[in-house]
Amino acid sequence: MKRVGLFIPCYVDQFYPNAGIATYQLLKKLGLDVTYPTGQTCCGQPMANSGFEHLTGDCNQLFVDNFAEFDYIVSPSGSCVLHIKEHLHTEKSEPQAAAIRTKVYELVEFLVDILQVKNLKAKFPHKVGLHQSCHGQRGLLLTQMSELVAPYFSKPQQLLAQVEGLELINLKREDECCGFGGTFCVVEEAVSVKMGKDRVKDHQANGAEYITGADMSCLMHMEGILKRENSNVKVLHIAEILNAG
Amino acid sequence: MSIPAKTHPELSEVFNKDEERVNWHDETLWWIRQKRDKSAHSIPEWEILREKASQIKNNALSNLAEYLVSFEEKALANGIIVHWAADAQEHNQIVHQILKKHDIRQLVKSKSMLTEECHLNEYLEKQGLEVIDSDLGERIVQLAKEPPSHIVLPCIHKKKEEIGDLFHEHLGVAAGTSDPQILTEAARVHLRETFLTRKAALTGVNFAIAETGEFVVCTNEGNADMGAHLADVHIACMGIEKIIPKRKHLGVFLRLLARSATGQPITTYSSHFKKPGAGQEMHLVLVDNGRTIQMGREDFRASLKCIRCGACMNTCPVYRRSGGHSYHSAISGPIGAILAPNLDREKYADLPFASTLCGSCSNVCPVKIDIHQQLYKWRQVIVQEGYATSAKKMSMKIMNYTLSSPGVYKTAGKAGRWVLKYIPFAVNNHFNPWYKQRDMPEVPKESFGEWYKKNVK
Repeated sequence: MKRVGLFIPCYVDQFYPNAGIATYQLLKKLGLDVTYPTGQTCCGQPMANSGFEHLTGDCNQLFVDNFAEFDYIVSPSGSCVLHIKEHLHTEKSEPQAAAIRTKVYELVEFLVDILQVKNLKAKFPHKVGLHQSCHGQRGLLLTQMSELVAPYFSKPQQLLAQVEGLELINLKREDECCGFGGTFCVVEEAVSVKMGKDRVKDHQANGAEYITGADMSCLMHMEGILKRENSNVKVLHIAEILNAG
Repeated sequence: MSIPAKTHPELSEVFNKDEERVNWHDETLWWIRQKRDKSAHSIPEWEILREKASQIKNNALSNLAEYLVSFEEKALANGIIVHWAADAQEHNQIVHQILKKHDIRQLVKSKSMLTEECHLNEYLEKQGLEVIDSDLGERIVQLAKEPPSHIVLPCIHKKKEEIGDLFHEHLGVAAGTSDPQILTEAARVHLRETFLTRKAALTGVNFAIAETGEFVVCTNEGNADMGAHLADVHIACMGIEKIIPKRKHLGVFLRLLARSATGQPITTYSSHFKKPGAGQEMHLVLVDNGRTIQMGREDFRASLKCIRCGACMNTCPVYRRSGGHSYHSAISGPIGAILAPNLDREKYADLPFASTLCGSCSNVCPVKIDIHQQLYKWRQVIVQEGYATSAKKMSMKIMNYTLSSPGVYKTAGKAGRWVLKYIPFAVNNHFNPWYKQRDMPEVPKESFGEWYKKNVK
């Protein structure tokens, strides 16, 4: 049986363990041999996106040491996966790094493209808004992008359609950025918050009870805004919905 | 090199003080982005067209010297007087000399972002010349003594009431007028007078054709034509990257330009200038101003493919909510953020960070510039060259130390969660930009790693 290495991004590990647990349980349910390498920390993206890619050598080496042995590496975060795919390089073990870049998957793409899941047996009787995180959408091509003249498809929608009772709401702007953007959220605080407020409003105006997505970081940002507004709308990582019921 | 008076985060924080205005700015530009989508989707071969345009521009840049020489040769044969300017200063001096030679003290201009980049108006006004911008939007910001905030829609940040006030002050319109019809009519009368009395006109250049030595100027108001045809002297100024090889390539760009910019099928006027009219003098100034330096940077040379449609600005969620002036550079938005650091790294060190790297700009770009990838790459260059703040350098070093060791990471994570849980005021304060308008995440009872250790292994 092929072995799956579970890559849980640092902030999910520390603040959103439930998204990690749901990912683990979902993959186990689907009959996979899943291992969480305990020596992992972070993909290095926060530093790289801030212009400090040159500091990420040790992080990269650590990633390779933890994950080189697996057939697949799966993570509940499009953004971190994209970073690994585009920027994982090491001085010592470049062939292993190159291999990792091709076998690392975001959870949704893994479920749709590799496992080709058709029947999830999940249940979540709620109105849900789907936030298309930019790196997942435009970087990993999880969903067609509204700017391009091309046929529509959506991998997360394909999965959410298998969830019993779930009603996916429509949004006015289906793939607008929420304004998280890694360190952007603190460096450009004013614009980041305004973008987040607008994004949240689109979901609220269309009757969402929950906002979900394939990137916990965007959800964390929107959750911070929702809580400050005392809103009843909650955020849940897509793994938690796909694993529900 | 110089440090900006205020950075993008600071300027956009000011812009965001008036949330209603931000909403209006965002919605206006989003409306144009939707018009662009509709227009693009009406062309089934849209993506092929983009690819074609991208390849033509790649070819033009790869053989730029050859095309420029052949363009000059043809233009001279057509009777155009050709000038070369290494930088903004030289460009401004050339324009000034031409006007001086003819003893002309008043100039009517059609929109040219290159002259904005070179600060020509300021320069000529210092020499005692009068410059009137004839593009309506540019005329409005000129009256307000502001630079354009957008390359296609220069006064998109102004509401019609504010324009009414300006026209009241400068053009004698009744106080409190905000009816676009009346304001447009007032501008028309004012500009007509300008066109009829100016002896020299300056236009920009959208495309210069190497094969024929002609150049094409696109406007929606016909103001470039009015200026150029009525004046004794026509001066056209262009960046050297505006070259396209052949006339047959023009169709590709004209189909893309207006659709990407405003959603129109084509600009109202696409005027070809090949030789001076009878008794007229036609000058063309070819400007480098850092372009050959950018050509030499492999990672950034594709930025020179830009045809200045402004689509990246209209789609950019950051631009829409920070306004063009927050970029403190002639060309704002995503494309400006990759062009500006070429001119002055220190002054524009903040701009590549004014993006979430969402990638929408690269998707709408009609010539397929990898804008968001270049923003990422500029960030690396800017930090390597030492333009990061010391606070940022320090926090990155600490982050790197923590994340490089699983032991330190686990301890730090635990400590962080403990702080959030038991002494939340240590982070929930005004020193924490996250907390200012957002709540911190709730602290879970254990990390995923701790759960895994307990429940799985």
